[in-house]
Amino acid sequence: MKFSENWLRTFVNPPLAARELADALSMGGLDVEQVEPDGDDWVLTTKPTPNRGDCLSISGIAREVAAVTGAPLSQPDIKTARATINDRLSVTLEAPQACPRYCGRMVRGVDATAATPEWMTRRLALSGIRPVSALVDITNYVMLELGQPLHAFDAAKLEGGIRVRYAKAGETLTLLNGEVPPLTPGFLVIADESKAVALAGIMGGLDTSVNEATRDVFLESAFFTPEAIAGKTRLLNFASDSSYRFERGVDFAGTLAALERATQLVIEICGGAAGPVTEARAALPARDPVRLRLARVERVLGVKLDGIQVGAILRRLRFEFSVAEGEFRVTPPSHRFDIAIEEDLIEELARIHGYDRIPATLPAAPPTMLPVPEGKRDIATLRRLLVARDYQEIVSYSFVDAAWEADFAGSTNPVALANPIASQMGVMRSTLAGGLVNCLVHNLSRKHTRARLFEVGRCFMTEASGSYRQPMRKGGISYGDARHEQWGLKGRPGDFYDIKSDVEALLAPLAGEFRPVEHPALHPGRSAQIIIGGMTAGWIGELHPRWQRKYDFPLAPVLFELDYEAIGERGLPAFQETSKFPPVRRDIAAEVDEGISYQAILEGLRREQPATVAEIGLFDIYRGTGVEKGKKSLAFRVLLQDTRKTLTDAEVESAISQLRRILQQQFNAKLR
Amino acid sequence: MQDVDAIVKEALAAFAGLDDADQLEQAKARYLGKSGALTQLLKGLSKLPASERPAFGSRVNAAKEKLEAALAEQRSRIQSLKLEASLRQEALDVTLPGRGLAVGGLHPVTRTMERIETLFRSMGFEVADGPEIETDYYNFTALNQPENHPARSMHDTFYLADGRHLLRTHTSPIQIRYLEQHRPPVKIIAPGRVYRHDYDATHSPMFHQVEGLWLDEHITFADLKGVLIEFLRTFFERAELKVRFRPSFFPFTEPSAEIDMSFGEGWLEMGGAGMVHPNVLKKVDIDSEKYQGFAFGLGPDRLTMLRYGVNDLRLFFENDLRFLKQFN
Repeated sequence: MKFSENWLRTFVNPPLAARELADALSMGGLDVEQVEPDGDDWVLTTKPTPNRGDCLSISGIAREVAAVTGAPLSQPDIKTARATINDRLSVTLEAPQACPRYCGRMVRGVDATAATPEWMTRRLALSGIRPVSALVDITNYVMLELGQPLHAFDAAKLEGGIRVRYAKAGETLTLLNGEVPPLTPGFLVIADESKAVALAGIMGGLDTSVNEATRDVFLESAFFTPEAIAGKTRLLNFASDSSYRFERGVDFAGTLAALERATQLVIEICGGAAGPVTEARAALPARDPVRLRLARVERVLGVKLDGIQVGAILRRLRFEFSVAEGEFRVTPPSHRFDIAIEEDLIEELARIHGYDRIPATLPAAPPTMLPVPEGKRDIATLRRLLVARDYQEIVSYSFVDAAWEADFAGSTNPVALANPIASQMGVMRSTLAGGLVNCLVHNLSRKHTRARLFEVGRCFMTEASGSYRQPMRKGGISYGDARHEQWGLKGRPGDFYDIKSDVEALLAPLAGEFRPVEHPALHPGRSAQIIIGGMTAGWIGELHPRWQRKYDFPLAPVLFELDYEAIGERGLPAFQETSKFPPVRRDIAAEVDEGISYQAILEGLRREQPATVAEIGLFDIYRGTGVEKGKKSLAFRVLLQDTRKTLTDAEVESAISQLRRILQQQFNAKLR
Repeated sequence: MQDVDAIVKEALAAFAGLDDADQLEQAKARYLGKSGALTQLLKGLSKLPASERPAFGSRVNAAKEKLEAALAEQRSRIQSLKLEASLRQEALDVTLPGRGLAVGGLHPVTRTMERIETLFRSMGFEVADGPEIETDYYNFTALNQPENHPARSMHDTFYLADGRHLLRTHTSPIQIRYLEQHRPPVKIIAPGRVYRHDYDATHSPMFHQVEGLWLDEHITFADLKGVLIEFLRTFFERAELKVRFRPSFFPFTEPSAEIDMSFGEGWLEMGGAGMVHPNVLKKVDIDSEKYQGFAFGLGPDRLTMLRYGVNDLRLFFENDLRFLKQFN
């Protein structure tokens, strides 16, 4: 709320300059965002927290200034208008829980064209309120002064008495801002005998509003409960100064005073004769006493306040209280809607006492060691592993373009947002691929020719139950040369196998199984799913040529994605006796059909390998001269060992012939 | 016939002047070879009177030994000169860059998040985690923000199209999820992504938060101040850093505070904090008469900006390599 400092000082005048006053308010909990000079005045802008509806008026802020500074507070001078006519409208509260207090009064014979006095327009202007007409300006002024929203109806346009009721289904009402909201029975309206004339506590109707021709006005000052107004503006998609105050709580003890204040100003400025006040009342919000224990204050705040200090603070806050046996019983005032439990009072004590006067201490807690599960890899370790392998971490938005989901996850039904910030950020990602590709595009357009990127973050998928799976994933993309351009190595584009070694490093000591797979993002012949312990842990592959073209990459990027859950477990190392006898190495070269995978041959060998075979590894693949077309020659290294003795030549030869036999019989291999 | 001493003097001078192994061996022959000067001298021994022979013999032998020693020394000198020369030929340009794999880097906000985790772990806080698609219950209701509470307007919420879920607007739902599984004493921090419907120079629709929670029997508001001041000073490595606490409002804490920090002039808002609201504890069946404690929410993005002098929040999510590599 913006307001004039001079106006405030008519109610409370502490010996503080404008900026000091602003600081005092801020340190008391009413944040002053801005202090700006305006002629001989200052304009202060406060940003009250939602619990402090009582600070949405000059008199309320003055009360707060008095509480935080201890300066004396003067009350607004409100005179009761004498009724000189008898005209009145009946008021019926048909929804007494939503509107338990309604005061109204007729003022006849006003001059609606009267000019608003300069002192009033200036104060309104400093609060950012544009002058409209004297009658409207007066209602705005009283709202700023006392915090009570008011409404002035053109009495000639009202038919019969006032009813405060819920809207009827299908009922229509054109509001002052021209909107015709679809009214449902959840909305409270002010109605006359035949129609709704205002959206209670939110905005008046256009048809019954005052204008230059208005002669008779009906002034309304009512209390609508926060519950009756809260949330309605979200449905309407607009708010008003009135609804803003009612949903935060308006002082229900000030309803009549505000009506009197408005009457006084109307007669002063526009003339006219006032009728008697009609007041309808039901049960107002309860203000039950709240217990406050000194011991509890100390226990929560960590600082001791004695009974005298507490009493002094409560008096400054104008809270009524009694004391018995070291316990205070405090009755919150009608303007406070945020004091319900002991902690609420403790906060009041703390803020008036001063947060800066509460010491800063470190709690004495027993020293305990945190569990460090050695069999799990934390995300930080996995991140650093990729960093050490020349990957740069990125952070991209979790909401992405639906097209990315279609391209990279084949998803036609992604998790959608109801209110995205932009249409190209409309769905939640189910893969990190989109963000990685996008980031690559962004950087290639800035003249980079090589990039290796990774991201760690959640992905989002709908489950059959209607809930969501939100796995933490780690994804990477590599584009351009395998190594950065340098003097000592010949440039070579990074390929599937380069990135596969990064993935293998991430998995180690686990060994993943890589199975060919069709994946919407990937080249169908150059992609694999990664299986660990029988479960799918992720995938790796070249970007599909279709997307390579669409996203305009001269070379094919290689991508991978892993579920953190699947790779986080790594177990503990388990010791095995090492052999004291030297291993024997023999090499086998086998020429087989191109279509036979390395994995298949390895599994075939391992299934029937003699006990003396300790390790089989591949050290070369050869195609070309000497090897039949459509075939490849694989060179295996075989290490043989016995843990109890040195192997004899005969044992070695027998084991190797066994392996050769397997290669010939199962894989039709030509051996050299 | 030359005198022994003269021969030795001449030979030593000859050896010392030679840098070539072959020439040195030729010089050796000249003095110690079969027809070398010293050998010739020894052949004349028989012509001497018997009484002079032993003394003369030992003089010549001593001279021989001296020359042999000088030869050995010169040989090894020549060898090391040769080695030095050949090593000089093998010299590398050690200023050339190393070969092989370069090193990447972490995102600057990750640096900060890891630093926050490390600092709080050193104080005994465990790291907790929670989902980013949340329900209204965990994001608002359980945190003492019933439907239509005006405080909800403090958060511009992203809702899912299913009408039942939302993107968490803060990391505080983790408090509830954690307390549903654990009883006090509880001491956790929970870093993660959060989402608000807001986009300008100082707001990103996605940003980071770190939630902290310490619940026990006697954790006070004064302790909240102590822990957060300690954290900020340690994080920035500035013991003189000023920190102040301003009264504020969060539905899930009471009393609540805004944390401001100053390097000298002007105050910077660093986050919110407060004592866990009894209504929140009630939601997870914890007796607020017995247990109490504090919660706080810090902004790692803002901490990163202040730590490294970054002037625009949006840079963190644009992922321009020229920006990111500055933090490697």
